[in-house]
Amino acid sequence: MQISGAQMVIEALAAEEVEVVFGYPGGAIMNVYDEIYKQSAFQHILTRHEQAAVHAAEGYAKTSGKVGVAMITSGPGFTNAITGIADAYMDSIPLVVISGQVPMSLIGTDAFQEVDAVGISRPCTKHNYLVTHARDLPRILKEAFYLARTGRPGPVHVDIPKDVTAQIATFDYSKEVELETYKPTVKGNMRQIKKAVEAIAHAKRPLLYLGGGVVSSGASDLVRQFSTMTQIPAVETFMARGTLHHSDPLLISMLGMHGSYAANMAMSETDLVIALGARFDDRVTGKLSEFAKNAQIIHVDIDPASVSKLVTAHFPIVGDVKNVLEAMIPLAAQQVDPLRHQPWLNTIANFNKLHPLSYKEEGDRLKPQWVVQRIGELLGDDANISTDVGQHQMWTAQFYPFSRPRQWSSSGGLGTMGYGFPAAIGSKRADMDRVSINITGDGSILMNIQELMTAVEYKLPVINIILNNNFLGMVRQWQTMFYDKRHSETDLSIQPDFVKLAESFGGIGYRVTTKEEFDAALKDAVEKNVVAIIDVVVARFENVLPMVPAGGSLFNMMLEYKEK
Amino acid sequence: MEQARRVISVIVLNEASALSRIVGLFSGRGYNIESLTVAPIPESKYSRITIVTAGSIKVVEQIIKQLHKLIPVLRVYEHEDLVEKEMAMVKIPLSESLGDIEALAHAYNGKIVNVSGDTMIVMVADEPMRVGHFLEAIKRFHPKEIVRSGSVAMER
Ligand SMILES: Cc1cc2nc3c(=O)[nH]c(=O)nc-3n(C[C@H](O)[C@H](O)[C@H](O)COP(=O)(O)OP(=O)(O)OC[C@H]3O[C@@H](n4cnc5c(N)ncnc54)[C@H](O)[C@@H]3O)c2cc1C
Ligand SMILES: Cc1ncc(C[n+]2csc(CCOP(=O)(O)OP(=O)(O)O)c2C)c(N)n1
Ligand SMILES: [Mg+2]
Repeated sequence: MQISGAQMVIEALAAEEVEVVFGYPGGAIMNVYDEIYKQSAFQHILTRHEQAAVHAAEGYAKTSGKVGVAMITSGPGFTNAITGIADAYMDSIPLVVISGQVPMSLIGTDAFQEVDAVGISRPCTKHNYLVTHARDLPRILKEAFYLARTGRPGPVHVDIPKDVTAQIATFDYSKEVELETYKPTVKGNMRQIKKAVEAIAHAKRPLLYLGGGVVSSGASDLVRQFSTMTQIPAVETFMARGTLHHSDPLLISMLGMHGSYAANMAMSETDLVIALGARFDDRVTGKLSEFAKNAQIIHVDIDPASVSKLVTAHFPIVGDVKNVLEAMIPLAAQQVDPLRHQPWLNTIANFNKLHPLSYKEEGDRLKPQWVVQRIGELLGDDANISTDVGQHQMWTAQFYPFSRPRQWSSSGGLGTMGYGFPAAIGSKRADMDRVSINITGDGSILMNIQELMTAVEYKLPVINIILNNNFLGMVRQWQTMFYDKRHSETDLSIQPDFVKLAESFGGIGYRVTTKEEFDAALKDAVEKNVVAIIDVVVARFENVLPMVPAGGSLFNMMLEYKEK
Repeated sequence: MEQARRVISVIVLNEASALSRIVGLFSGRGYNIESLTVAPIPESKYSRITIVTAGSIKVVEQIIKQLHKLIPVLRVYEHEDLVEKEMAMVKIPLSESLGDIEALAHAYNGKIVNVSGDTMIVMVADEPMRVGHFLEAIKRFHPKEIVRSGSVAMER
């Protein structure tokens, strides 16, 4: 088939069974947009900012498990998108991002809207391409999708000069991807796996340390089976929330800086860490030299560069979690005695009893944690949850009753304020049958507020719930605790009228100060099924607790904070 | 931590962007590249890049893994038991003693390779440390210009 580069983009997306593209047009990508106009293979959703297009693609990818696709123009379109690309890179989210570029003949001449896009995206993509001729496009696009979803998933960026989108060449998409230099190891080394299972059988206090890799591997069911069968308790990273059902007696909770006391104590007391798709992030480990000091470490990860990067593994296993668990389960069924761990489970139950995750009801302001819990009680499994970044994000990770993987989407690695709303739009597009909730802050929501228009236009009724503390709360908390209460530039007392703001875009707004009002607003918004903002006035000075101060050890948690 | 000299070879697809990806890994982490040589491997679609750097074992281990993670990279070696060579060329005024220079170059696997106008060019090829010694010794002949190639290495 002899077609133009622009047509090739459409054909490739169709061949990849892409159902939605989030994007924003401009000069350099216009040939492709002209073809988008003519086609019906996929829907194009016009976000109102390129950053939001990429976050929406991330939310879509998170919820659907498919590759998310975003499209943008050159120069400022691309630079606006880079935050989203970096975000997807940090959280290993599979994306293909297609950008327009100035024509080949103008590259390097400081042409209008020219920026060295592949130079900028290189350190924050899994791979990137500058396409120099249309004949390479089918191969490159096919490789891009393949790279995005295989191995350790991540964003792949394809930069296409305008003249290349006009060139005519042969389109053949049937050739299998052949990359001699890229062969991710999926199957774990059987000798190592056997040794690891032996170590599990001999451990007295084993602990599963579950990370986002379990979610991307689709291994949650196997993890549930493995932990139930062996009676080994589990902690989850922030990225792994929902891997185990919130009611699972073996699930301790999230660990790390704002993890639960029990989770962090379990990590400090365990004699064998079984890390599955987790990358020993500094928010998780606290002081490295004190992390899991009493333990041997089994580390299963598909990315060899993750294994022993920060903590040396005694049993390194490079492979896909799912594959490795499939090999481990029959061995463990023979060798691991589930009754053996009873004393350990009792110890953990005691940790839980000693300092459960909690908050105090006091004063007449709503507590933000109550709001999160209440959303969980009212919607539970029926909602997909995203958040922005800050205190509200941590409270959601702590208090929402997650029941399945992919229910949860939040910016963990980059911590991008402005992620939540567009991600919730993408998530809604992926799962129209569920309610899409963005739990956000009064600071963060304004970082992509223009997406109200996108959500309204495409009838993607996201409900934004602002835990409004009139502060850049997370920064305010650090200022209170570590900067002698000098609240430098974090007071957000001056605010828009969020109700009118929502209404002006054609959405619906609620301002809420009591529990009754909150219930009524949430029920109304769900029932009306329209784009909404619920502006919840919450206690201003609430702190996220417990907390491991930066650089501290997990077993040295700040359990409560008393104003000095 | 101990900062030892390391020689790393990277076999990489001949692509316009390959070198920038590799160099970017070093610069993004603030690691110095002491020398770097690239040339295509005959009759293949690959090039060989030889990088000399310094770092602790842990740092170099991580760099090697990250290099490996780059999509166009086929193989990465850190050399331990290797033959390593480097070349240098030096431009010297013709007024200096030809015989002495010839003899010195000879001691370092070299010779005079060009004489034109009022200068000559001497080249040597030897272990990097010895090339250093040569460049030290040649100083007294008032070199006008020195070019060093960077290392190439091969496992024994
Ligand atoms: C304000 C703030 C506070 C935070 N506090 C905390 C906190 O208290 N606790 C916490 O846990 N996090 C916290 N985070 C998040 C933290 O920054 C990291 O994003 C998170 O801990 C990383 O999770 P992870 O280890 O599961 O790795 P991910 O980033 O999810 O990485 C996944 C790992 O799995 C591997 N992998 C991917 N696919 C597969 C596969 N198929 N098979 C095997 N392996 C695979 C990847 O190679 C990678 O190593 C916080 C973030 C913010 C913004
Ligand atoms: C784009 C971006 N800029 C700055 C920060 C630093 N930061 C982290 S949390 C936070 C405060 C967020 O405030 P808000 O959205 O109101 O949430 P709260 O903490 O009050 O719940 C800031 C400024 C960030 N994470 N992202
Ligand atoms: Mg706030």
